Amino acid sequence: MSIVKDAAEAAKGLAQAVTKKAIEVAPDGWVPGGTPDPLIRNQHGHVGKPVSRIDGPLKVQGAARFAAEFTLYGMTYASVLFSTITKGRIATLDTADAEAAPGVVLVMTYRNAPRMRPMPAFGSNRMAAGGDDLPVMQDDRVHWNGQPVALVLADTQEQADHAKSLIRIGYEAEAATTSFEAAKADGTEPGQFQGDPLQVTIGDAETVLASAAFKVDETYRTPRHSHAAIEPHAATVMWDGDMLVVHDATQAVTHTAWSLAHMFGIEQDKVRVTSPYVGGGFGSKTLWQHQVLGAAAAKLADRPVRIVLSREGVFRIVGGRSLTEQRFAIGAEKDGCFTAMIHTGTTIMTPHSAMPEPFIVATRSGYAADSFKMEVRVARIDMVANTFMRAPGEAVGTFAMECAIDELADRMGIDPIELRIKNEPEKDPTVGTPFSSRNIVEAYRAGAERFGWARRQPPGARREGEWLVGLGCATGTYPYYRMPGGVARISIGRDGHACASVAAHEMGMGTATAHTQVVAERLGLPLDQVTVEYGDSRLPGLFLAGGSQQSAAIGAAIIAAHRALVVELLKLAGNDSPLAGLKPEEVGGLDGGLAKLDEPARWESYASILARAQRAELSVEAAAPAPIENQHWSMHSYSALFCEARVNAVTGEVRIARFLGSFDCGRILNAKTAASQFRGGIIMGLGLALTEETAFDERTGRVMSASLAEYHIPAHLDVPAIDVMWTNIPDPHTPMGARGIGEIGITGTGAAVANAIYNATGRRIRDLPITLDKLLSAGIG
Amino acid sequence: MRFVINDTDIETDIDPRTSLLDLLREQIGLTGTKKGCNQGACGACTVLVDGERILSCLALAVQYEGRQVTTVEGLADQAGLHPLQKAFIEHDGFQCGYCTPGQLCSAIGMAAELQRGLPSHVTGDLSAMAIRATREELAERMSGNLCRCGAHNGIIDAIDEVFGERRGQQGYDAEMPEKVA
Repeated sequence: MSIVKDAAEAAKGLAQAVTKKAIEVAPDGWVPGGTPDPLIRNQHGHVGKPVSRIDGPLKVQGAARFAAEFTLYGMTYASVLFSTITKGRIATLDTADAEAAPGVVLVMTYRNAPRMRPMPAFGSNRMAAGGDDLPVMQDDRVHWNGQPVALVLADTQEQADHAKSLIRIGYEAEAATTSFEAAKADGTEPGQFQGDPLQVTIGDAETVLASAAFKVDETYRTPRHSHAAIEPHAATVMWDGDMLVVHDATQAVTHTAWSLAHMFGIEQDKVRVTSPYVGGGFGSKTLWQHQVLGAAAAKLADRPVRIVLSREGVFRIVGGRSLTEQRFAIGAEKDGCFTAMIHTGTTIMTPHSAMPEPFIVATRSGYAADSFKMEVRVARIDMVANTFMRAPGEAVGTFAMECAIDELADRMGIDPIELRIKNEPEKDPTVGTPFSSRNIVEAYRAGAERFGWARRQPPGARREGEWLVGLGCATGTYPYYRMPGGVARISIGRDGHACASVAAHEMGMGTATAHTQVVAERLGLPLDQVTVEYGDSRLPGLFLAGGSQQSAAIGAAIIAAHRALVVELLKLAGNDSPLAGLKPEEVGGLDGGLAKLDEPARWESYASILARAQRAELSVEAAAPAPIENQHWSMHSYSALFCEARVNAVTGEVRIARFLGSFDCGRILNAKTAASQFRGGIIMGLGLALTEETAFDERTGRVMSASLAEYHIPAHLDVPAIDVMWTNIPDPHTPMGARGIGEIGITGTGAAVANAIYNATGRRIRDLPITLDKLLSAGIG
Repeated sequence: MRFVINDTDIETDIDPRTSLLDLLREQIGLTGTKKGCNQGACGACTVLVDGERILSCLALAVQYEGRQVTTVEGLADQAGLHPLQKAFIEHDGFQCGYCTPGQLCSAIGMAAELQRGLPSHVTGDLSAMAIRATREELAERMSGNLCRCGAHNGIIDAIDEVFGERRGQQGYDAEMPEKVA
């Protein structure tokens, strides 16, 4: 690095540090969320009600249209061939037989694919959506085992699949790094996440640990995981002149549109991406090679293309969560107060992915301690690019942290809940900012009471026939984020119907239903007078259905648009209205119109205001303020999780008998869909704890469990009745008083299960998943 | 070839390699039946043939000429949604909705199996005259239908309400429509 560049980097770093400090110490009123959202005061409106999903009738009749269900005139079907070597080049390529097969339109390889820029990797631009930064079928290079190397287009899927089998391809393989041990031996580097180094050093934690009265110091391992959404990745693509239309399954419509425009060298407004329904995402439904290949093939053939990845194809070209090897050490005084917390370790990435599994994130704000040492190091492997999967970092990081606390409590003879409460921080323990709202102790007390925690016995003490029974608990936590770019449009008509438009996504989280409730309540309208429009890149704003932040991002944009709407309505109302002379902050939505907040008799309906102004409709658009609130406050969702595990003393099989999640996530917007989000996260956590592991051949770099028969997600009989409850204490500093609920459920669940298994058996398994062979090897029974 | 799908006669020429699933989705335009894995591992493609549940991705369409095929689009009738469809909405038995058509068809086929007295892996008394439709029985018999969003509790609650031991208690009619019973 040159001296000039060094100086520039240093100046940039200094400027960022100064800005960060300024936000931390700014008066609350200057920060978004400094004044509580007025909606928090309403306790008897639509918000919080258990409203059934508005798209429910469509979904139960199979009438919700997914990406692979758009039919276009003259459509062709794609079939993708994947490389069988890990690294090297394509040496020979014979597509003649495939091209001659019945129904084949064309065969696309690097030789004839349209020229495109490489994929813009996530984070390289605020709108980049790519899982890696590799070129897509542009040269003879092979970068991972499973990379697309050819695509057949034919009139039917059967014809395309058959023709693909006729392609003859020869490779020149090169040496690749495919094992974790070899990658570590090649050297590791510090990890960076969202621009920040994954490193924290406060005090001399190693020295403090060495002299601590009590300590744990253990290594925890978590394997690769796959999202395994039931809908395979798919897109239906067409070029309409110079306009590219992609009916996609994505959690990032606008990011995807920008990224495709960038790759094809066209303007962003020449790409439209729709995604009205998504059959599960969990972090996987971003931009991968299939949308690009579909668009390229459609261009080459001048015909629309449907590209649906086979289930194997999903495992080949869509990465999952990477493996981790984590050291977690805690030093404590005799009274239980933590003196040192150490959380370090290694994860793996590809040379081209942008996502080190940030397993220390939850540790940064979890507990008070005198000293901290945290670091994520990265080793590189030649494999499909790893990516975000539900609670990236937290899902596996909390497994280490919350098991370590349980181990320490056991050694000290303290109840693990009391040990956690003893170390409850008063402010963010590593940054020093105040918490916006943190009620984890209340969540624990309420959960323990309902679960019957007091009946817990010492490890290995409870046996019912062949079954060893134990109780365990763990804390879950996930940060509050709000990504920049949120813009919303609100339109209201003389018929009193309002439509809110955002380029956001509904993958089953309940977004459309919850925000219909929010918008209806802000406007003072019944639910059936409100529509929320989403799932199309032509709508306003840049939204990502990720990071459990979409609702905050939509909420803040709607607040801004609503204020702009009120300003315009008051202007239109003029001097003949009961609202004459009122300021925007003095009025709110009530009974289909605007009313003075403290004098509701001063009211006029939207219809009346628009009619007098001779307007059929009023439509406004506004942007949310910059999301700096989580630099001013330490903002997180929390959970206290309780598990009853039964372990068969003969076979080592584990059954989860009961599970309770007690959540503190601010105000709940819809009690029914929120409960499903919590349960869904917990169930994915049960998979993480007990069954899920993407089997990876360390000799060849190939995923071996490339099917839903071999990647084991929880099935109905694996899932007990899961009880959920929540504090429902509004966060005064977030839109609607709500914090994220999508990822919190999976965090901590792995540890709650492992801790319950320990309590049942007296055996500690620190290597996920906790399968029967590991328990038998540990000598249960 | 002639197919009978949701009580409608359909004549179409097909490639003999075509699965029943692809016939439904790609040729007839009945996209309610979902393709999750195309290898019989997820259950998203479950349909009813003469009232029995099958995985349409593992079925060649030519085998089903002239047989009564019922898909999710055929569950509701003029009177409205099938009681199980209503119960799925009420109990939030889905999130993304992609496994839902398979869960619904599978549950209806499963209920008929229970009525016929077919035992499952968790059935305790194989000689009993009738099998109790406990939650465990329902969960075991639905385990071939994967859900990744984690709507399992809502799915079993809905099935329990319509076909389980508690059926009829929540105001739903426990009778199955004649065409699939």
